[in-house]
Amino acid sequence: MRLTLPNPGLEDRILSHAQLEKLELEEAGERPKWDNKAQYMLTCVGFCVGLGNVWRFPYLCQSHGGGAFMIPFLILLVLEGIPLLHLEFAIGQRLRKSSVGVWRTVSPYMVGVGIASMFVSLLVSLYYNTIIAWVMWYFFNSFQEPLPWSQCPLNENRTGLVSDCARSSPVDYFWYRKTLNVTPAIDETGGLQWWMVLCLIAAWGVLYVCCIRGIETTGKAVYVTSTLPYLVLTIFLIRGLTLKGSVDGIKFLFMPDLAELANPTTWLDAGAQVFYSFSLAFGGLISFSSYNSVHNNCEQDAVIISIINAFTSIFAATVIYTIIGFRATKRFDDCLGGNILTLLNTFDLPETNITVHNYDQVLRDLNATHPNIIQDLNLPTCNLNTFLSEGVEGTGLAFIVFTEAITKMPLSPLWAVLFFIMLFCLGLSSMFGNIEGVLVPLQDLGVFPKSWPKEAISGVTCLVCCCLGLIFVQGSGDYWLALFDSFAGSIPLLIVAFCEMVGVVYIYGVDRFNEDLVFMIGHKPNIFWQATWRVISPLVMLVIFLFYFVTTISKELFYIAWDPESEKFPTLEKKPYPSWIYVIIFILAGIPSLSVPGAAIFMAIRKWRDKAYSGN
Amino acid sequence: MWVWIVCLLTAAPALAEPLCSKEVCDNYGYKVRISIKTALGDKAYEWNESEMFLFRATVAFAMRRYTSDETYNVSDIVVCNKTARVSFWFLVTSPANTAQLVPRGQVEAAVRLSRNRINSAFLLTDQTLQFVGILPTLAPPISYDTPPWLIVFGVVMGVVCAGIITLLLSTLLKRTRSKKNLLETEEEEDRRGSITANGRLCESLREKDPGRGHPDDVHLSKL
Repeated sequence: MRLTLPNPGLEDRILSHAQLEKLELEEAGERPKWDNKAQYMLTCVGFCVGLGNVWRFPYLCQSHGGGAFMIPFLILLVLEGIPLLHLEFAIGQRLRKSSVGVWRTVSPYMVGVGIASMFVSLLVSLYYNTIIAWVMWYFFNSFQEPLPWSQCPLNENRTGLVSDCARSSPVDYFWYRKTLNVTPAIDETGGLQWWMVLCLIAAWGVLYVCCIRGIETTGKAVYVTSTLPYLVLTIFLIRGLTLKGSVDGIKFLFMPDLAELANPTTWLDAGAQVFYSFSLAFGGLISFSSYNSVHNNCEQDAVIISIINAFTSIFAATVIYTIIGFRATKRFDDCLGGNILTLLNTFDLPETNITVHNYDQVLRDLNATHPNIIQDLNLPTCNLNTFLSEGVEGTGLAFIVFTEAITKMPLSPLWAVLFFIMLFCLGLSSMFGNIEGVLVPLQDLGVFPKSWPKEAISGVTCLVCCCLGLIFVQGSGDYWLALFDSFAGSIPLLIVAFCEMVGVVYIYGVDRFNEDLVFMIGHKPNIFWQATWRVISPLVMLVIFLFYFVTTISKELFYIAWDPESEKFPTLEKKPYPSWIYVIIFILAGIPSLSVPGAAIFMAIRKWRDKAYSGN
Repeated sequence: MWVWIVCLLTAAPALAEPLCSKEVCDNYGYKVRISIKTALGDKAYEWNESEMFLFRATVAFAMRRYTSDETYNVSDIVVCNKTARVSFWFLVTSPANTAQLVPRGQVEAAVRLSRNRINSAFLLTDQTLQFVGILPTLAPPISYDTPPWLIVFGVVMGVVCAGIITLLLSTLLKRTRSKKNLLETEEEEDRRGSITANGRLCESLREKDPGRGHPDDVHLSKL
């Protein structure tokens, strides 16, 4: 398709190849640069590899047919992830600006795409750093033996355990009561939780230290934050494999169920996971690659980073499931042990009579001889697969399931510290990209006066974000976070990604883009890139977007709440959102999405007005 | 003589039997369940009469410790209904009068007081040496003067603040240094501008290292 939309004035807005070459040789220009290629690669890997690789991918993998999920994941990685990544790298490297600058250069009407990216990066930064604050809280609490989430606290009279804790579990109680102090409904704010405010300040403080001078400081920080997670994952893999039941977990994770491939939700979830996992459309990747030398091989970078991201997802899933397998086996053994003890006590049999191996046989014999007594006992059935498929994702996996597994391992504080350091590094390196996607567009838009130093700009931004982030450390903060996560970080990104592809291929012009790539990396991108950029990837994005949009609009909106008064406690209760939430949802999803056409209309009106004035 | 002894011996168990009846046990006794294999695994010992003697002795000790004046003996602890599970009922009779049984409440209080000692004698825990009906004593929670998390938080915030201050100071120093350099080069430019009038002299000056400043100029200008 040789379709290119008319784009007057493009030549004037971009630097020509000759000018770029000159810039490169003289090393002039105030744009910051990477100290070396390793910093750039580590920063991009850190941005792409985040908490989602650890707590979303394993859940998707296990719930969508195990090993069979690899097929849609890898196919969509190749058709959607890699082309978009290469596109963002190349356009950033060529036009040498942030996301707002790049899209404004491509066409003044497309500045809305950059603004939408900036808004989404801002909204995501707000809640993502709160998750890091939670991780820091758990990290601070890991330096004690026994771990505070391993046992229930006593109630006031010291006669028994606190009732909420006794009814649910110590880990649930520590998460919902001691960390979040969550209210039963989103309407009740519950006030600011002072300990979480402190952790939030700590999280933004650490981020400020690392981003204070832009990539000058970030580039040094990523040597640690991008490599440490791999080290910790390896340690956990080795430790995990030596635990009982770990292999059952891995087998359960990767057992392929090819029937799931026929389910469209599998493909949709795979596409969404690839897209969100690559942190595309945030604008951070465009920014990072704009600091590269103009002849950097962005094609190779895109392929390498995609492979690393996919490998990390699979590696992290394996590690997580060794630990989940261990936990499930422990629960199964405890369940079975409890049943055996009940039988021994009821029938006064010697301890060696019933073991794990002959439990079923003995139970059947006893049921035949004394059916009434067995029925009265109400023995729970212990099934390992049920325990394994208590698949949890998100914060539930990290702060409830995994922390419980850690309490059952010897030397628990050590594993807790390592685990939370790993989560902290994963989250922080992703935050670098998010903040880059906020700071540099703000500078390009001229929000801050030019005389302000970088330190002041990043300081003010971090301070404002910290204050806005106080929403998430109230009692109802967790519900707000889930809201932001579902709506701010989903639909607008899909729209931006689609617009990016259309913008580069049809407005910037794929021919000009190909020439740029010949100039930058020395050869024309082959037929694979041409096909994916022009047709396949935009089509995939459109399909995912439509599915997401339709399912979001049509489904009933509710949230899950921790309500000790509810009947189904400790199961979380589904509650419908109050009506004023729809305004908030519109602000979260609507404003970034609508800024794309909105900015275009605004620019068009301005141009028409200028023409009208100059005509007069 | 021998006939009397035989009669007593046959009568004694008959006298003891009513003690182990269901009503008496329910009102005055406690059921004990012992799970040695669960607790100790390979190191488990055999439960035999000697162990039972030790149990009776520890309960007598507990009663002595609780009452602190009455001298209980092993013979005051009566054990009934032993099973292969290793569970049995026990009753405590008053040392003054073997027919009088100690009330349940007192037995419970005595066991509670010395629970730890009884458990340690058998290398068991509250769950594996179970007195059915007597709740295990809850360990008091560990209380800290400063919560440990605040200490770690303090350390982290200290490092962060130190980092911020260092980085800001280094930027400030760089700026003042570059401003100073700028002022010095400006002064040098002005000075060179005023010597230009001396023609050839200033060319030989310029060939010299332009970084050298003030002292050389003074020396040469004396010529």
